[in-house]
Amino acid sequence: MTAMQAVMRREFRSYFGTPLAYVFLCVFLWAAAFGAFKDQLFEMRDANLRVFFSYLPWLFAFLAPAIAMRTWAEERRTGTVELLLTLPVTVRQAVLGKFFAGWAVFAIALLLTTPIVFSVEYLGDPDYGPIFAGYLGALLMSGAYLAIGTFFSALTKNQVIAFIVAAVVCLILVFLGQPSMIATLDEFPLTSWLAPFVEQMSFAVHFDLLQRGVIELRNIVFPLVVIAAFLICSVVILNEQKAR
Amino acid sequence: MIQVDKITKRFGPITAADQIEFEVQRGEVLGFLGPNGAGKSTTMKILTCFLAPDSGTARVGGHDILQDPIAVRRAVGYVPENAPLYDDMTVASFLGFVCEVRGIPGTEARAAIDRVLSQCALQGVEHQTIDTLSKGYKRRVGLAQAFLHDPDILILDEPTDGLDPNQKHDVRELIRGMGQDKCIIISTHILEEVDAVCSRAIIIAQGRVLADATPAELKAKGDGKLETFFRRITLGDLVPAGGAA
Ligand SMILES: Nc1ncnc2c1ncn2[C@@H]1O[C@H](COP(=O)(O)OP(=O)(O)OP(=O)(O)O)[C@@H](O)[C@H]1O
Ligand SMILES: [Mg+2]
Repeated sequence: MTAMQAVMRREFRSYFGTPLAYVFLCVFLWAAAFGAFKDQLFEMRDANLRVFFSYLPWLFAFLAPAIAMRTWAEERRTGTVELLLTLPVTVRQAVLGKFFAGWAVFAIALLLTTPIVFSVEYLGDPDYGPIFAGYLGALLMSGAYLAIGTFFSALTKNQVIAFIVAAVVCLILVFLGQPSMIATLDEFPLTSWLAPFVEQMSFAVHFDLLQRGVIELRNIVFPLVVIAAFLICSVVILNEQKAR
Repeated sequence: MIQVDKITKRFGPITAADQIEFEVQRGEVLGFLGPNGAGKSTTMKILTCFLAPDSGTARVGGHDILQDPIAVRRAVGYVPENAPLYDDMTVASFLGFVCEVRGIPGTEARAAIDRVLSQCALQGVEHQTIDTLSKGYKRRVGLAQAFLHDPDILILDEPTDGLDPNQKHDVRELIRGMGQDKCIIISTHILEEVDAVCSRAIIIAQGRVLADATPAELKAKGDGKLETFFRRITLGDLVPAGGAA
């Protein structure tokens, strides 16, 4: 087993060793079911998961920072970071191990929502393309949010600050793509040129396209780039703290 | 096995390590003495590649701490100050994790864990959550973790802090035994410990090495008492020559 896998296994188990993962899963499943079944699913007379998916960017913007906030902040507060980073593991392996552990928790959460798919199947004849694309998009989006959360957790010893700042950043990234936001930008000549760029910066937009079944390369590449960028920044920050 | 070459480390205005230089060979147990804030822990953190020095370098187990930190960490067993541990794990799963990170395969890991559990008298608490252990037991888990891969080099930051007298005795015996064929640095505020386990001692204050000699030589300079010499050299003129503590 590599050092990265060892870190990942430990982190993954520690999510389930504390109430954190269970609270997370309950909140997530409740909110997901609420979002999916609230009223529209039956009334729209249309067998798909659009309503469920449209909630996810907002839901994840809170849940991913909650999962990621401990990763480094807690290690630094309790001093275990000294233990971890004097074992033969590089900062990069440790960052990746922790990230994948958090991502696995999200994968499980998404897997547990499949009963919603079965209900839709029971109600009608869903088109599985958009559903599959939607799940793929949701997984990628959760990864991107987690990477953002990891970065802010690496910046501070305080979990609460890490959570708040990461959640705000995630929310801004969702907001950027809201039709009203784009429309406002478009309205003014000074900012209208910004609109297409801003739109590309939003998770909501990429995710929305995916869950309509539009699997375009850039909609997949965008979250992957965000993941890579924030994880690289986390590694840089943590290495920097060593030299301080 | 350890060669420290003019290591300097500053934290803002504080110079925690100032051109520190010393060597430790296999078979030596080096005592690291000095008043609070002298720079002992800082030096140890640099040798284990947790902190980077501002200038200078060191070779640990034949590897340069700046060029090849992972090889250094493989070669070293380290007990950090206050022995931080993953509190939510059980003793056994924590030790298992350290084996995994160190790449010790399953069957060997089982044997290694059994060995350190008995070395550190932890058999009874194997399945207890670390959180619920007393301070002394946590310390012992910290020690056990450092012995798992049977390293040639041990760097122990106040390893006997918080242990009961029996355990202090046992740990000293253990360290003295290991010292025969390993290279050990141990920091402590307990001067009799130096007598008991160290073959050589370094006294540092304000980041500088003030003395480097065998415990017997240091005692001779302190009119037969290590404490007298320690106070004289770290407090300067405040302690009159010949005056006991
Ligand atoms: N992260 C840090 N930031 C700022 N100053 C630090 C930091 N770590 C250590 N120092 C300072 O460096 C100096 C040396 O600290 P160090 O922990 O090495 O002392 P020590 O010899 O281990 O003391 P003690 O016997 O109390 O454990 C102290 O003045 C301390 O305040
Ligand atoms: Mg110290």
